[in-house]
Parts: sequence; structure tokens; C-alpha cells
Amino acid sequence: MSDRVDETASASRLGLARIRELLGVAIPPALVALGIILLWYGITHFVLEPDRRFLLPPPHEIVQEGILDGEVLAEILGGLYRTAMVAGLGLVIAFALGFSMALVMSQAKWIERSLYPWAVVCQTVPILALVPLLGFWFGFGLMSRVTVCVIIALFPIIINSLTGLQGADPRLHDLLTLHNAGRWTRALKLQVPAARPLIFTGLRTSAGLSVIGAIVGDFFFGRGQPGLGILLDRYSRRLRSEELLAAVIAACLLGVVAFWIFGVLGRRAVGHWDPSWADEKKN
Amino acid sequence: MALDPVIAFAEVTKSFGSIDALDPIRLTIRKGEFVSLVGPSGCGKSTVLRLGSGLIEPTEGTVSRTSDNVGYIFQEPTLMPWRTVEQNVTFLGELDGMSRQEARRRADEVLSLVGLEEFRHHYPLALSGGMKMRTSIARSLLLDPDLFLFDEPFGALDQISRARLNAELCALFSERRFAALFVTHSVDEAVFLASRLLVMSKRPGRLVAEFEIPYPFPRQPEIRYEPEFAVLAGQVAAALAEAS
Repeated sequence: MSDRVDETASASRLGLARIRELLGVAIPPALVALGIILLWYGITHFVLEPDRRFLLPPPHEIVQEGILDGEVLAEILGGLYRTAMVAGLGLVIAFALGFSMALVMSQAKWIERSLYPWAVVCQTVPILALVPLLGFWFGFGLMSRVTVCVIIALFPIIINSLTGLQGADPRLHDLLTLHNAGRWTRALKLQVPAARPLIFTGLRTSAGLSVIGAIVGDFFFGRGQPGLGILLDRYSRRLRSEELLAAVIAACLLGVVAFWIFGVLGRRAVGHWDPSWADEKKN
Repeated sequence: MALDPVIAFAEVTKSFGSIDALDPIRLTIRKGEFVSLVGPSGCGKSTVLRLGSGLIEPTEGTVSRTSDNVGYIFQEPTLMPWRTVEQNVTFLGELDGMSRQEARRRADEVLSLVGLEEFRHHYPLALSGGMKMRTSIARSLLLDPDLFLFDEPFGALDQISRARLNAELCALFSERRFAALFVTHSVDEAVFLASRLLVMSKRPGRLVAEFEIPYPFPRQPEIRYEPEFAVLAGQVAAALAEAS
């Protein structure tokens, strides 16, 4: 009888501990969010004069007009969808291109020396300068938008993959040499597996960049089916601050989700052997 | 017994640029011979191993081997962290085109030989230094090499693990009787393992002394505490001190 009581007590203690732990993770950022919302209301009501309140409408109005209004919501979700498609497609192409380039560069110093400066160029080129040209060449549709994403997302993938491919233990290289492994076996059995943690690091960085590229491209092409970029432009021109802020929040969410997806994929793929990708919280 | 030589260095020298790493080395190792090589840091011991494995070519002279089946044990375990213990052990089988079943069967055998059956599905991240080194040895054992080259394999281990791995390696050698060239800094380890012991001088490396270690195989760890062992170790240490 008393045993059972003990059991229930310890079970509920365990449950309590778990809840406490979850609250410990959730409460601090929630408090920050609450603080920001309070500050926001404060600025809207006490700092801005009523005729300038449109600069920062209170949060509930954004929810009302940006999210609960069906028409605006459909517009923003449509834009979010198109931007996500462009960013996703851009990332896939950037990965295929960037990884292949890194693989080729890792095979010979002279190839690396020939290609590396051009990889740097694609990192440093002011993308806005290219936008009119891309529109000129490829029109204002999907093709140009995806191209912007590829240019922006390419460099981190190349540089991380290359570092990973070149970073395999030299003694493991010796081991493969001793067993007469060819170039292909070496790449497949040693360099690519060893590079995986850094490949995921590159993907995670580039996923966020690709989202930025999709929005920036959309914003400056300004034509075609509206993604988040065009919506941001449109709302700001019309001084629709509620919708504008709702679109900004959607853009932020997309970036966070892209980063998060590759964080999860990376942990799944290499977390069990690579310390830098292992679960941060080991219970 | 005059068994076949497995490897022979004939007047081998090696220079890196203008630096002479080795004076002419003459050395033959036969099957069933365990040769320890001690010498001061940077004297070219590792160079001898790399020459012996064929990873580098001699500047002068020739290195001839009667077998290409060589196991090379590095200073570090040098495992692939993305492979489990078993997958690391079957790796060289994969490279040499061994069938999957054959590789698995041999992996079973060598894993039980080094006492790691229970850990076959662990990743190296979860292993102790001694277990990693056992995995590394098991990886080479898979191909049952005729010649083993050891490059200070136990230098990074604590004393207890080191003594244990010495005993295990000695038992392994007693059973398989391959030819071995074992490079180390530790006089005690060198004497315990060797049938023949060579002392190398500081750079450019030269073989300056040779000792026959008369203990028969298999050897018990307790021989380390016998007076004759201490005398031998003392002579080796003296030769080493003179060479440094």
C-alpha cells in the first residue's frame, strides 16, 4: 500500500521534473517575447503621436489585418509558397553545382587554383548589379529568381565542402595508398564521408542565404507572380504597415525554418559520430 | 631456424631536400621475427617504417619485400569516425575486393581475438584509447599480413592500457608469427616484445647496436620483473643514451 503511494509520488515527481525542465527551456524566450510585445505597445501608444501610429501599428492589429483577414492571408501564404519554392530550387541547384565544384577542386591543386578565384567572385559580386542583367537575359520569371539564389548560396557550399573533402586524416590517406586505392575509391570511401559534417554546415548557412536571395530577387525584379519580395514592396508603397509587418514575420519564419531543417538533417545524418553535430543537450 | 626474409633494406638512405634523414641502413627481417627499433626523437625511425611500407621511396639503395600484404599501425588509431568498430575492421577487405560474407566472417574472428565482439556496433567516439588501438590492430589483422609495421602505436596510452596491449600483442605474435618492425621510445616495451632489438642514433639515423632478446614466445608479463630482463633493459638504455 505504502509502496504504491511511494511509486505514484516518485512518478509524479518525475513528471514534475520533466515539466520543470520544459518550462526552463520555454519560459526565458517567452519572457523576452512578452517584453518585446510590451515595448512594442509602449512605443505605439506613448512614443508615436496618433497620426504617426501607422509606422508601428500595435501587434493585435497585425494579427487582425495581416493574418485573420482571409484575402491578405491568402496573398501572403501564396507569396510565402512561391518564395519557398524559389529558395528551395535555388538551394538544390547550388548544392549540386557547389558540391561538384568542390569535388573537382579537391582532386588537383591546379584545378583548385583555377576555380577558387571565381568562387570568390560569386561571393563578392553585388547581386543587385546583376539583377537587371539577369532579367534581361532570363526574363522575370522563375529562372532569374532561382539564378539569384544560386549565386548567393553557392559560396558557402563550395568552401565548406572543399574544406571537408581536403580535411580527411592524412594517415587514412596513407592507409588507402598502401592498399592501392584509386582516386574514385578515395573520394567515395574517405573524402566524401569525412566531409559530411562540413557539407551540412554549408547547407545550413546556404539555406538561409537562399531564402534571402529569393526575397531580394523577387523584390527587385518586381514583376511576375508575387513572392514575399514583391509583397513587401507593394505593402510599403501603399503604407499598409499591418500587412507589411505580417509579410516580414512570414519572411523571418521561412528563414528560421530553412536553418532549422538543415540543423535537424545534419544531426540525424552525422550527429552520432561528429562531436560538432552531436545533440547539444545530452540527458 | 633460417626462415625466409620478408623484408630487406639494402644500403638504404633517405634525404629530404638537403637534410639527410638516414645513413645507409642494412636490415633484414624474417618471418617469425619481431624487431623493435628504439632511438631518440627525430632520428628517422618513422622514415624507416614509411620506406618499409613503400609509402616513400629511398634516395639510394633498395627495399625489397617478398609480400605486399603489409599491416601498418599508426601512432594514432586512425579510425574512420563515421564507421562502427565492425565497419572499420572490414574496411580493408572492402578495398581489396573481399566478399562481404568473407569480410564479416574474418571480422568476427579478429574482433574476438582483440576482445571487442561486444563493441562491434559502437562508433569510435564512444571507445577508450586502448579500445580504439585494438580496433586499429584488428583492422590490419583482417588481411592476415605477413609483415606488420608499428609506428609507436601505444605512445598515447596510459601505463595500464599500454602494458595490457603489450601482452596482447605479444600473444598475438606468438600465435601468428608474422614479421614485425616495431618503433617505440619505451625501452621496456621494446625489450618485452622483441626477438631482436635495434638502437638507432640521432639524425642522420644509423643502426648502432643490436640485441638478441632470448626469452621464448609466448611471454608472460611477469618477465619484466626478472633480473635478466632488467640487465638487458639496462644495456639497451645505455646504448640509447650513447646514441642520443
